Amino acid sequence: MVADATLVDRLRHRFGDHIVSAELETIDPWVEVAPEGLVDICRYLRDEPGLQYDMLNCISGVDYLHTDPKKAAQAAWQPHLVVVYHLSSTITRQRLVLKVTTSRWRQDVAGELPEVPSVSGVWRGADWHEREVYDLMGVRFTGHPDLRRILCPEDWIGHPLRKDYQPPEYYHGIRDH
Amino acid sequence: MSIINDPRVVEFNIRTDEMLINMGPQHPSTHGVLRLVLRTDGEVVLGAAPHIGYLHRCAEKIGENLAPRQWVPYTDRMDYLASMNMNLGWALVVEKLLQLEVPEKGRHLRVLVAELNRIASHLVAMGTYGLDLGSFTPFLYAFREREKILDLFEQVCGARLTYSYIVPGGVTGDLPQGWLQNCAQFLQELEPVVDDYHALLTSNAIFIKRTAGVGVLPGEMAVNYGCTGPVLRGSGIDQDLRRDGEPWYTSLYDGYQFAVIVQKEGHYPQDHDYPAVPAEAVLGDCWHRFYVRMLEVVQSMDIVRQALDKYAAAAGDCGTPIKLNHKLPPGEAYLETEAPKGQMGFYLVTDGSAIPWRVRARSSCFANVSVTSELCRGCLLADVPAIVGSLDIVLGEIDR
Repeated sequence: MVADATLVDRLRHRFGDHIVSAELETIDPWVEVAPEGLVDICRYLRDEPGLQYDMLNCISGVDYLHTDPKKAAQAAWQPHLVVVYHLSSTITRQRLVLKVTTSRWRQDVAGELPEVPSVSGVWRGADWHEREVYDLMGVRFTGHPDLRRILCPEDWIGHPLRKDYQPPEYYHGIRDH
Repeated sequence: MSIINDPRVVEFNIRTDEMLINMGPQHPSTHGVLRLVLRTDGEVVLGAAPHIGYLHRCAEKIGENLAPRQWVPYTDRMDYLASMNMNLGWALVVEKLLQLEVPEKGRHLRVLVAELNRIASHLVAMGTYGLDLGSFTPFLYAFREREKILDLFEQVCGARLTYSYIVPGGVTGDLPQGWLQNCAQFLQELEPVVDDYHALLTSNAIFIKRTAGVGVLPGEMAVNYGCTGPVLRGSGIDQDLRRDGEPWYTSLYDGYQFAVIVQKEGHYPQDHDYPAVPAEAVLGDCWHRFYVRMLEVVQSMDIVRQALDKYAAAAGDCGTPIKLNHKLPPGEAYLETEAPKGQMGFYLVTDGSAIPWRVRARSSCFANVSVTSELCRGCLLADVPAIVGSLDIVLGEIDR
């Protein structure tokens, strides 16, 4: 089943308010879901006959923040983070994009990472992808079996793909440039 | 596999302790800077934890500061054994966002170089896999033929490894005079050599002993972990994005004849004279993953032949590369392509300026190597290089 109005209706009927919004008139149609409903929706998408999204291709984090105050004043959105899930099915050959929006910091306290439930129990492949998003974008995936940094060293400070990230001047006595 | 019944374990009555062994990141058979921490009991591996990130170069962060065309060289350095395929994936996703179609001639040119690069990548996979298992000869044969492909690419774009040839909108230059003949000549030379490869490895008794029945990856697990490419097809899952992908990618292959290399009802496609599957091999084991790659070499040769004819017959030009200040409409696009090692995806988010807001590379090897700990559990220490080698990973792509 393709990501169309029928699928969104079906999801709305079953999950109600957990389906926040849907954008179908775009290059890659996407459905935005609430973090609380994410795991149930993913399990439904994986198991329901006719949907069978059995493969999680990619999890990406996108940081929406203008570091330039002039641009921030003109922006149509408040600063936030989006976690994007690209799913596909090896059976029906369909693709689907899910999005989860979260604040940049939990309860807007700088330094407290926002939380999104882990889908590693639905697709095992999510394990490493979530570790990567945690490492580079700073999203804590609750219920993840082993949430450690994966690409950066374990003692690295900060999350490099955040728009306001400042690279450290020194790392173990090694100077940057 | 029950360890105590493994006939290769000869002594059972020796008292052994659990031991942690560090393998890599400078180990020759980890194909780059992969580090495995193995928990062993005698000869038996109880657990393997892969550690990656030693080649992380922040490619995604850099992509947020460069125009799409400037980021092409960074894609070269992901899977540096198949740079053309990396360039192609990135070029296509930018074109998808811009809804920019490439002329027919450019389409065939892209198929031509992408499939040649697939052959080169699989030859390296074959040669180095022989090295992993202690056989030096196939490596030399594989590199002899790969060298000729690199020569062909050098004539096309001047580079031998990092081509930056396919760029959003088109290619950096058309093929030089006489190149089509050189390529056809190369295919003629490669054809008989493939039988040598099969004699050296595929049907070699020692090779079969080392790989058949080792590291069995069930199809369901492969899908669950997001494994793609030859790893997925070696487990019997029928998926090849050249046939099953998004129209934006499969339209490249419109009009091409090829069969997806996968075992269906106990048989691989019968369009060529391939060596038979040995009785010891189990679907999803190291041998099958290797075999799929070897068959894909022949498949790609067929596609290249078709592309040569189609390219020669096509009129017009190969497309115009986009300019550095080309405004990207606000939006986002994601596209996966079938690279030699699996499905390589690029995700592009834009805000209306000429510089992307966010660039993301979905690496095929990243998902493929995440299954290592599952495959290595309960195997023998000597099987670890056989399993890791059969996944055919490139760390440049995993770490980005």
